[in-house]
Amino acid sequence: METSGTLPGARLERDAWWQRAAPLAALALLVALPPLANACGQEFYIGFASRVLIMGLFATSLNLLVGTGGMVSLGHAAFFGCGAYVVGILATEWPGKGELALLAWPAAMAASAALALLIGAISLRTRGVYFIMITLAFAQMLFYVALTLKAYGGDDGMSLARRSTLPGIDLASDVSFYYVVLTLAAGSLLLSGRLAAARFGRVLLGIKDNEARMESLGYPVYRYKLTAFVISGAFAGLAGALMANQNSFFSPNMMHWEQSGIALVMVILGGLGNLWGGMAGAAVFLVLEEVLAAFTRHWAIGVGAILLAVVFFAPRGIAGLWAQRR
Amino acid sequence: MTVVLFVEQCLNGIQFGLMLFLLAAGLTLVFGVMDLINLAHGSLYMIGAYLTATLTAATGSFLLGLPLAVVATAVIGMALEAGLLRHLYRRDHLSQVLATFALIMIANEATRAIWGVQSLPLNVPDVLSGSVEVLPGVGYPAYRLLIIGVGTLVALALYVLVTRTRMGMLVRAGASNRDMATAMGTDIRRLFTLVFGIGAALCALAGAMLGPLLAVQVGMGENILILAFVVVVIGGIGSVRGAFVGALLVGIVDTFGRAFIPATLRAFAPPALADAAGPSLAAISIYLLMVMVLFWKPQGLFPARG
Repeated sequence: METSGTLPGARLERDAWWQRAAPLAALALLVALPPLANACGQEFYIGFASRVLIMGLFATSLNLLVGTGGMVSLGHAAFFGCGAYVVGILATEWPGKGELALLAWPAAMAASAALALLIGAISLRTRGVYFIMITLAFAQMLFYVALTLKAYGGDDGMSLARRSTLPGIDLASDVSFYYVVLTLAAGSLLLSGRLAAARFGRVLLGIKDNEARMESLGYPVYRYKLTAFVISGAFAGLAGALMANQNSFFSPNMMHWEQSGIALVMVILGGLGNLWGGMAGAAVFLVLEEVLAAFTRHWAIGVGAILLAVVFFAPRGIAGLWAQRR
Repeated sequence: MTVVLFVEQCLNGIQFGLMLFLLAAGLTLVFGVMDLINLAHGSLYMIGAYLTATLTAATGSFLLGLPLAVVATAVIGMALEAGLLRHLYRRDHLSQVLATFALIMIANEATRAIWGVQSLPLNVPDVLSGSVEVLPGVGYPAYRLLIIGVGTLVALALYVLVTRTRMGMLVRAGASNRDMATAMGTDIRRLFTLVFGIGAALCALAGAMLGPLLAVQVGMGENILILAFVVVVIGGIGSVRGAFVGALLVGIVDTFGRAFIPATLRAFAPPALADAAGPSLAAISIYLLMVMVLFWKPQGLFPARG
């Protein structure tokens, strides 16, 4: 997995021209999507694309943890849900001010980061399977706490009266909201690429590869891992805040372990440790779901079968197939 | 807290714990011996419950439907191992999570396609629907007592199997050091298939016994799967003894938490706070237990690996 081609910034040889052009082409396509969808009378796809980008952001944050740092968390939905609840609670408790995106969204990130600091500080004492299970346990705790928050809808969840507000941009419009999501997703992806390419990312890769070696080289391994955990949690919180806005709804299900499982599936599907893995995985997973659902009520069987095929025939995910073509 | 309530909750906790043990025993062996994270273990539990409900309706007898379902689920489990999961043993945990997550999706949707979205009726057999006086003046449902009896018997049988038989010795050798066990000439493939079949049978037994108490429906496997994983981690991966202790701990803590935490809080805290925090605290008590165990014993209570 640690070949030079799969890691952002780790390439020694230059990429082929079409590989360097691909991100720009994808971005151009995404920018052009709303007018295209409107022209074809398919406004539905604008909301769908927003969902893909948000889940992609969520999966990308998990990829930083799993792909770069080797910390397999099965409780990442805790931070996703935390972001959504912060947006929901602020909007309910403090109508007007609490709905300002510039206040609520950073607050969601900060709360998720604080939560990640707490959970990470304890969980990172364990390794491997035990780490998977302890993160799962923490996420389940939050899930059950959310279930009993009667003031915020209990197990049914709660609708938001309206989306957050940004000065000068009408977020109630699906198109404007989509562009805001696209900007944030692209920015986060850029940042995550820089992080992975920087010293910080290299140290994380080293820890993933051989923790004892990094420890004896004098790196504060625990502090590096905790920092990655907190950054990853903050971005998952942002994704949660955006998802609550996209659906105008939040519920405990956003913290359910299946949500964590789906995010992990997206990361593996897209490509572990690849900058584009999270986005590609989210896009493929959600598009598959959408396409198969058009054919059969039992689409989940098809998605499951395709995931099995990926495990056996494309162990490095879609991004791995992409890299092999060079 | 009256004595009656206390005894009743003790029995409830033991009953739930023993059923968790049936699930966790298979899970911990598959986990410890084959090094496979099998998220689809809960699906076998669901399939066992559905088959029991169907076969009970077809044969008209729970006592006939249950063993048939257990055998059928064991066969399904072994087929799954031989056809698919066997190829995952040497893969990393992430691939195993992805593959078995896919299996959950397939199993749930296939169950929905075959049996529909409605939950299936599965009733306590008439003979066992009454209650038995366990202490003077304290009645307890006969069916739950039967569960305790069956659970205890199976736990004893497993104990004998693991500690007193050749097969059990090989399983323990596999859990403690798989490569060494293979090097000493153990036919690991047949052993693994057999262990997986036993695990599936125990799942089906738990699903069949709990079916009349909980609902037989799609998704029943996932909720209990997480609890079974908690048990396995608390007990120490690969240790059947650990799974037994962990299961009883989790069963009793969960039952007592739900029964007594809300009431206790109401006695001390203001009512509004107690009503809000009581149910949450009760629901998270077992996860707190697990975090505490892992904090002090990161390998679980009875680590199996040497």
